Amino acid sequence: MRFSTEQKDSYTEVSGTGRLNMVAAPKLREVVGEVVSAGNKRIVLNMLATDFIDSSGLGALIGCLKMARQAGGDLRIACVQPQVKMVLELTSMNRVLTPHATAEGAFSND
Amino acid sequence: MRNLPTRLLVVLTLLLGINYLAWRWLESLNWDAWWIAVPLVAAETYSLIDVGLFGLTVWKKKQRTAPPAPADATVDVFITTYNEPPEMVLETALAAKAIRHPHSTWILDDGAREEVRELARDHGLGYLTRSPDWADRPRHSKAGNLNNALMETQGEFLLILDADQVPDPAILEKTLGYFNNRRVALVQTPQYFANVPDDDPLGSQAPLFYGPIQQGKDGWNAAFFCGSNAVLRREALMQLGLSGYVKEVEQGVTRALKASRTALRRARKSPEAADPLVAGLLDDVESATERARAELRAGVSLSEVTYRVRRTVDEAVQSLVGADFLSLEADLADIAALEQGTESALPDGDELDGGELDGAIERMSHRDLSPLAALESVQEVLDALSIERSAEAQPIMPMATISVTEDMATSMGMHAMGWQSVYHHEILATGLAPEDLSTMLTQRLRWAQGTIQVLLRENPLVRRGLGLAQRLMYFATMWSYLSGFAAVVYFAAPVIYLTLGVLPVTGISSEFFLRFVPFMVVNQLLFAVTGRGIPTWRGQQYSLALFPTWIRACTTAARNVWFGRPLGFAVTPKTRQESGPRWDLIRPQLIVMALLAAALIVGVVRLAAGLNEPIGTLVNVAWVAFDLLVLSVLIKAVKYKGFTPEKRSVDAVQH
Repeated sequence: MRFSTEQKDSYTEVSGTGRLNMVAAPKLREVVGEVVSAGNKRIVLNMLATDFIDSSGLGALIGCLKMARQAGGDLRIACVQPQVKMVLELTSMNRVLTPHATAEGAFSND
Repeated sequence: MRNLPTRLLVVLTLLLGINYLAWRWLESLNWDAWWIAVPLVAAETYSLIDVGLFGLTVWKKKQRTAPPAPADATVDVFITTYNEPPEMVLETALAAKAIRHPHSTWILDDGAREEVRELARDHGLGYLTRSPDWADRPRHSKAGNLNNALMETQGEFLLILDADQVPDPAILEKTLGYFNNRRVALVQTPQYFANVPDDDPLGSQAPLFYGPIQQGKDGWNAAFFCGSNAVLRREALMQLGLSGYVKEVEQGVTRALKASRTALRRARKSPEAADPLVAGLLDDVESATERARAELRAGVSLSEVTYRVRRTVDEAVQSLVGADFLSLEADLADIAALEQGTESALPDGDELDGGELDGAIERMSHRDLSPLAALESVQEVLDALSIERSAEAQPIMPMATISVTEDMATSMGMHAMGWQSVYHHEILATGLAPEDLSTMLTQRLRWAQGTIQVLLRENPLVRRGLGLAQRLMYFATMWSYLSGFAAVVYFAAPVIYLTLGVLPVTGISSEFFLRFVPFMVVNQLLFAVTGRGIPTWRGQQYSLALFPTWIRACTTAARNVWFGRPLGFAVTPKTRQESGPRWDLIRPQLIVMALLAAALIVGVVRLAAGLNEPIGTLVNVAWVAFDLLVLSVLIKAVKYKGFTPEKRSVDAVQH
């Protein structure tokens, strides 16, 4: 899985291309860890090109969310694909994380 | 129908058992001696239920042959260790490295020993210790060790081995194939011990459990995870961890919001609230929590609800502290001006510039220094409105941490989520059993405590997601750990008759024999048939003989679950504890044996004196003899000096 980061006006966008599975999970934690330690607190994970996620991938999302929170910020997810949406619902993870329609809109009400 | 003879015997046993027990309850209870009559009939009822659950278990005994393993499955082999000798860990790890299917081998060293680290490095083995997140947080022993490793590794499947369980090179080839069924989450193989003589004085082997019982549970899709020699699917474990996390966070936030009104009311009455600054803050906290409650009801996600509360409160704190600071600064300036008699502000060097001021406000607003910190109840609510699960080292805890035996609770969780399990009946790892009574008793106590903890915390009978048979299969194992209470009654009843002449039944008539004997015979036949070729007598002996251990397990686990008292938990040592025979360890049983022996003598005297009747005496003497035979295993166990391999003694003779 490939990750890229882009600094936006009010948040940092991390995009992941490929399958967010047990192999990619540690890499995501690493990428977000770097973003957070660089002082960026508001992070949006753009999942437009993430076509698969498993429980380890979801676990990594929680880990990243925790990192952002501990730094006083937040992590949001946006543009999730049908499979990702299904897994979020299956595990009730949608109770914790809201999938936003667009990356720009993820922080719109905060 | 391979199971047909077993099933016939199960049905017959239950019919005859009910025939006997109904008569016991309805017609034979000696109410004049209710204090022994009722406990005895209760103990007998306990035993019949136990037999019924055993019958249900073996009803669908399943024998499997492993499908071929998928070549591309990625596997992590975990060897868990805490304080076992490094040589032992290394032997297991090297055998694990030699397993044929491609895999990574990891030593999970909870003792974080430098020596083990170096051994791992020298032999090209993976080595893991707890991450810094675990400092000052609950460690959850073996479950915590595994959970830590799960975050550091990436294999699709995990083979879990205790430090003493030397695996066969074929262990993965023989088990991975079952995972071709995508719903299978667990494949458990037997635990077998190499350092046990044929007569097994400590009852270390569990041939009935790692045989008909697990095969039977497997038939109902309820084979358990037993902590070692098992392969697990990471996806299933992680899913369990996620669902636990969501549940935990949801409960935590809901509870905190519920508590917030009371906490605020209390805070308003506290002396600190007299300060208008604090009172204003409390208003802000209140409106933030009210809003959170409404949002949660409207279905806004937990992370956004809690984030908004935190931001609102932080901003309120910051602006209030800021206002306070600014006025403080103004006051200082006024004072300085007065003292200096001029209208100028503080000297340039001392004046706080904008940046410094912001920094100071931020520092002052930090949780510990914020005015809210003084209001503990409110601060607690705000801390609990979080999705970080910060009381734990990791938000996701895939291995269950509700019990000291993480294995049973974990597989129950997986079954409740709809995953399947497999029991593969072939010895694929060989371990080391305790070689002295003290260690063995510690181990049995721990298993029993763990099992009772799971029963009390997550009663399988009412666990959502489990099928009826699965519920009963988990319950059966828990039920069997209650045998200590029944054992006490079984020891007491014949002693009471022989010494006092008090009979718990209204009379030992031919009806007693007609109802009891067929039941007992068929029951023993059922054991003989299901345990064909398996030595089951040791297990039967220990289930009664260790009654003090079982009772202690129940009482300590109940105190732990209901009142939060410690279990007095100990890691089972894998090496022999050196000392002489420890008669003190079986003092209650020795007392019982003495009472039984004394009762025999008194009973014969009373018979001769015409105080007791002959048939009653005969039945009770036979009963006492059986009890003594059961307890005799402990004499052997206390005197057991550890395992000496056969070969070595032969060598000793030859030289």
